Amino acid sequence: MKERISVIEGSMAVAEAIRACNPGVISAYPISPQTHIVEYISDFVADGTYKGRFVRVDSEFSAASAVHGASAGGARAYTASSSQGLLLMCEVLYNSASTRLPIVYTGVNRTISAPISIQPDHQDTMALRDTGMIQIHVESLQEAYDAHIQAFRIAEDEDVLLPVMICMDGWTLTHAFEPVKRFSDKDVKEFVGEYKPVQFLNPKNPITYGAFADEDKLMEFKYLMVQAHEKAKEKIVEVASEYKEKFGHYDGGLIDEYRTEDAEIIVLAMGSVVSTVRAAVDELRESGKKVGLVKIRSFRPFPKEAIIKACKNAKLLAVIDKSLSLDVGGILVSDVKTTFYNEDKKPLIASFIAGIGGKEINRKVVKDIVADAEEIAQKGKVEKDSIFVNLNTQFI
Amino acid sequence: MTETKKTLFASGHRACPGCGVPIAVRSILNATGSNVVVVSSTGCLETFSSPIDLSSWEVPWIHSVFENAPTVATGVLEALNSKGNPNNTKVVAICGDGATNDIGFGALSGMLERGDDVLYICYDNEAYMNTGVQTSGATPYGATTTTSPSGEYSFGRDRTKKDLCRIALEHGVKYVATASISDLKDLERKVKKGLEVEGSAYIQVLTTCNIGWGFDSSRAVEVARLAVETGVFPIYEYENGELTNVKKLKEKKAAKEYLSCQKRYKHLFADEEKNKEHLDYIEQLTVQNVTKYGILASK
Repeated sequence: MKERISVIEGSMAVAEAIRACNPGVISAYPISPQTHIVEYISDFVADGTYKGRFVRVDSEFSAASAVHGASAGGARAYTASSSQGLLLMCEVLYNSASTRLPIVYTGVNRTISAPISIQPDHQDTMALRDTGMIQIHVESLQEAYDAHIQAFRIAEDEDVLLPVMICMDGWTLTHAFEPVKRFSDKDVKEFVGEYKPVQFLNPKNPITYGAFADEDKLMEFKYLMVQAHEKAKEKIVEVASEYKEKFGHYDGGLIDEYRTEDAEIIVLAMGSVVSTVRAAVDELRESGKKVGLVKIRSFRPFPKEAIIKACKNAKLLAVIDKSLSLDVGGILVSDVKTTFYNEDKKPLIASFIAGIGGKEINRKVVKDIVADAEEIAQKGKVEKDSIFVNLNTQFI
Repeated sequence: MTETKKTLFASGHRACPGCGVPIAVRSILNATGSNVVVVSSTGCLETFSSPIDLSSWEVPWIHSVFENAPTVATGVLEALNSKGNPNNTKVVAICGDGATNDIGFGALSGMLERGDDVLYICYDNEAYMNTGVQTSGATPYGATTTTSPSGEYSFGRDRTKKDLCRIALEHGVKYVATASISDLKDLERKVKKGLEVEGSAYIQVLTTCNIGWGFDSSRAVEVARLAVETGVFPIYEYENGELTNVKKLKEKKAAKEYLSCQKRYKHLFADEEKNKEHLDYIEQLTVQNVTKYGILASK
């Protein structure tokens, strides 16, 4: 196994993973903070290290459409976007998922206007929650590299055949520099495998894509996608385990548990904030507090069974949401609550809205969240639907 | 030559009786042959040709959403290119006038600007017919639609038809042509020519809609022919930016002859005196076409 560790930018880690997986077609339109990924890929085109087709298009809508056509045309396909760009793609993403096209996307998380801002939160990819695509959130540059390689395997599995979006926080991950262990293109290619489409637009075997459905068939299409999501749960774990066998890395399957065995309070979070929470958990453990962490890696499919197994003995779950369903509260926490509603044994579930529009979440903030959580646990009752962490009260 | 030509667009589809679109599509596929991938936008054609298990398409066909057929076509083309396209498979987009002029205009402009090797064919029935005859950018001056009805304060559509061919030409498209279902040989020849061109090609074919325009279902071809003979819809070809071929007329018929046989213009004739300026203006537009494209055969 040839491997090298070097300090590189997050966007480079993604671009390198994509190049190694060798998609036949890549299409992109620029938007901060996705830009570095597609700039690096453009460099690969210019220096001949990526030999597939790179299509510069007129909008994110067209980027999503180009990879839709490419995937249906029988090519492995990739694109990346952020924020408003992901929203502009949204119509096509529903279509690609329902057409069961195994496209891989990077969703570089950035907040949504207005007010306009380029800072990270999870509102953009949350808006794509119900498209039918698989969404996997990553925590580190290493995981971003690993997850993109795994994504093609998951998407292209015959029992799955769904698009996969790797969600990674803009700036915090895309523009950060960390040591990343990379493997030779040959080894990555071997892991991902040659792309053999199950079916494609082939004059020798003409088929109709994007057909018209009457009312006796449409819900059935969606039901088949639900089944594919169930299959994807197994596949995500399987691919993560195989990856560990081959490359030695394990970033978690559907979730990743940290010091949860005897934890009374478990923090649930997604994305780069997970690393901060992990460090805070260590510090809190040192002071004798029974705190643990569950990193949600796979947001869709949502790992209900794994979350129940990891969290059922806790007193309270503190869910950190970087996105918002107005009036209802956090989006992740709603899914966690739903997960436990019909369970006999269920912890209290408290919602913390944090990091919206790039508001900082450092270890101190996490510890404050845990302190609030302890208070709620002591009371034995969750009184507030959601706690907005570090609101600037002078402004409102 | 006794071999029966296999049609690549099967009958039994759900088009309205008298629809001009399947007539055009059958000819288009006659010209492309089977070594093609067809991309369509949402619209009449998609709806009537693609019910699950009842697809009329005997060639690989894809529809995604309303406004992205040009870029889906690009994607299909690039998938072929990524494998070297050993069989030289062609990519053709067949889309309605709403998708072309309005909602998919940005995507089309992107495709034409990139010069992707796609033949884009707009089937032009001059309104959003699939949703019930609403005005599109291709709806002609004076026509009523369900969103530009005539009334005390309205004479119908108050703008002229968008000139997509000119816009395509401005993108540097090497082959731009118009055609009509009244001359299918001409359409087939143009499709073949469009396929030969390296890079993007654009063809706009007039496909009458008896439902939306208001005429008897037996008259689809006749009305299309009248559009040509009156100068309403000039038939021409541009190669490398030069006008190289025009369908000549011995004499130009009056626009009125075309307008008066369709219910969408009926209101203009209810009070010809009141609507004189509109009728004159439409006639003037057709005369301009005749002059601009040199339509009259010299005697």
